[in-house]
Amino acid sequence: MSLQLFIEQLLNGIQFGFMLFLMSAGLTLIFGVMGLINLAHGSFFMIGAFSASFVAGLTGNFFLAILASLIFPALIGITVEFSIIRKLYERDHLDQVLATFALILIFSEATRYIFGAFPLFLDIPNILQGNILLPGEIVYSKYRLIIIIIGLFIAIGLYFLINRTLLGIQIKAGQNDRQMIRVLGINISRLYTIVFAMGAALAGLAGALIGAIQSVEVGMGEPVLILAFVVIVIGGIGSIKGALIGALLIGVLDTMARLFLPIFFELIMETSQALSLGSSLASMSAYLLMALVLIFRPTGLFGKK
Amino acid sequence: MLTEKKFNLIIVLGIFAFSLIGYVMNEPYFITLATKIVILGIAGCALNLILGFGGMVSFGHAMFFGVGSYVAAISAFHSMNGESIDLIFFDFNGSSQMLFNWFLAVIFSMFFALIVGSISIRTSGVYFIMITLAFAQMTYYFSLGWTKYGGEDGLSTYVRNDLFSINTMLPLNFFIICFACLCVVGFILNWVINSNFGNFLKGCKENEEKMISLGLNPYTLKLTAFVISGAITGLAGALYVDLNRFVSPTSLSWQTSGELIVLVILGGSARLFGPLLGAIVFILLEQFLGEVTENWQFWLGVILVLIVLYFPKGVSGLFIKD
Repeated sequence: MSLQLFIEQLLNGIQFGFMLFLMSAGLTLIFGVMGLINLAHGSFFMIGAFSASFVAGLTGNFFLAILASLIFPALIGITVEFSIIRKLYERDHLDQVLATFALILIFSEATRYIFGAFPLFLDIPNILQGNILLPGEIVYSKYRLIIIIIGLFIAIGLYFLINRTLLGIQIKAGQNDRQMIRVLGINISRLYTIVFAMGAALAGLAGALIGAIQSVEVGMGEPVLILAFVVIVIGGIGSIKGALIGALLIGVLDTMARLFLPIFFELIMETSQALSLGSSLASMSAYLLMALVLIFRPTGLFGKK
Repeated sequence: MLTEKKFNLIIVLGIFAFSLIGYVMNEPYFITLATKIVILGIAGCALNLILGFGGMVSFGHAMFFGVGSYVAAISAFHSMNGESIDLIFFDFNGSSQMLFNWFLAVIFSMFFALIVGSISIRTSGVYFIMITLAFAQMTYYFSLGWTKYGGEDGLSTYVRNDLFSINTMLPLNFFIICFACLCVVGFILNWVINSNFGNFLKGCKENEEKMISLGLNPYTLKLTAFVISGAITGLAGALYVDLNRFVSPTSLSWQTSGELIVLVILGGSARLFGPLLGAIVFILLEQFLGEVTENWQFWLGVILVLIVLYFPKGVSGLFIKD
C-alpha cells in the first residue's frame, strides 16, 4: 500500500470523525445538561439532509441549502422540545428511551409521507467538486476537506461558546447543579430549549454535509446516531472535549479497520470471504473500543466520576 | 379493577381464546398472530425481570433473542443438509428436535448473558444502556458478515422442528407448544420474583447500599437475574425461528432491542405479565393500523408517546389496582 493511499484514508477517517463530532456534540450537551437520552437525535440528521436537498432543489443554491439544514432542524427541535421532550426531563431513562424511540417512528414516517420512499440527492456545488493537491503529493477531495475545516471551526466555536460566553457558563452550571442555577434566577427552560435547538441544528448540518456524499434517505440517521452514542460514552457523557476526541478516535479507527482488516484476512482466506468478514469486523471495532474503555473507565475517558 | 392474579389469568386465557376463535373460524392467520404474541410476550417478560424488577435497562436484549434464534436455526440447518460441524472432540450433525434445539439456544444465550452481564453490570445508568447496546451491535455486525449462515440474507430452515410425534406444521399445534412454554416461563418468573432472591433484586433497584449493608452482593444478584433473563429470551428466539422458519440479522438489530423495551413499557413494567399485555397491544395495533393506513408507524409512534407521557404505569396500570 502506498503512503498516499494511507494518508488519504486517514483524512477520510478524520472527516468521518468530525461528522460524528457534529452529531455527538449536541447529544452529549443534551445529556449532560438535561439528563435526556435522545434517540431521536438521528432524526435531526435526517431532517437536515432532507431540508437541504429540498431547498437545493428549489433554489439551486448549496449555501442556502446548508443554511436550511441548520434552521429547519432547529425549528422542529424547538417545537418537539416544547411539546414533548420537556415533559421527559424529570422521568427516568427508560421513559426517555421509549418516547424518543417513538419520535423516530413519527419523524421517519412523516418524512417518508412528505418526500416519498425513494432517496433524494444533494449535489456538491461546482467549486467544491474535484480534488485538491495537498503538500506531499496527496490528492484529496475538496469537499471532504471542507467538511474537515467546518468541523474544526465548529469545534473551536463550541469551545469558545462553552468557556467564554454567558450561555456557556450557564450550560456548565446546568451540568453541575440544576437546582442551583434555578435558584440563581436563570431561566432554565429557555436554556434547555436553546441547548436542544443547538444540538438539533448541528445534527442537521452533519446530515446535509453527509447527504451530499451519500444519498438522502429515510433511516439514514440511525446508524450515525448509534455511533454518536458510542462516541459520547467513550468520551465521557457531557464532555465536549471527550466528544471531539472520541469522534476522531472512532472515525479513524472505523475507516482504518475497513481498509486493513480485509487486506489482513485475504492472507488467510479467499477474497470474497475476507471482504465480508473484514468489513463486518470493522463495523464491530467501534463497539469493541467502547466496551474496552468502559471496562477500564466505567464513566468514559473524560466523564465525571 | 382487577387483582394481579385475575389479570394474569384473563390475559393468558384471552390469548388462548383468540387462537381458538381463529381455529374455529378457520383463520390460521389469527393463530399465527396469537403465537407471535406469545413468543414476543415471553421475551418481554424475561426482559422485564431485569428491567422492571432489577432496574437494569438493557438496550441489547435482541442479542439473546438473536443468539437463541441463530443457534436453533443453525442446528436445524445442519440437520437438514446433512453437513456436520467439526467440534474437535466430536462431529455435531445438527438436530431437528425442538427440545434439543431449545436446550442449545438456552445454553448459548446463558453463556452470552454471563459474559456480557459480567462486564456490563460493572457500569450503571446510561453507561449500562450503551454497553449492552454495544455488545448487541457486535453480534449484529458479526451475523451480517457470517456468510456461511446467510449473512445479510438470513437463514431459512424450511420446516419446523419435531416435538414428540406432534405435527408442528399445524398452526394450532405449534401455538399450543408456545403457549405451554409461556405457562412454564410464567411460573418460573413468578417464583423467581416472589422468592428471597427476587426481593433482594427489587431491593437492589431501590437502594443498592442497603443491600450491601445487609451483607448481600448486588453484583452477583444482578448477574444471576441477567443470566436468567438472557436464557429465557434465547428460548423465545428459538421459538421465533420455528414460527417463521427463518432468521435474519434483523433479529439482532438495535430496533429489535427497542421493540422489546416498547413491549415492557407499553404493558407496564411493574407487573409480571405486563409485557405480555404489551405484546398483545403492540401486535394488534401494528395489525390494525397496518390495515387502516400505510403510514401506521407514524400513528404507532404517536400512541407510544401519549402512553409514555400520560400512562406511566402502562396499559396494565389501567386494569390492575395496587
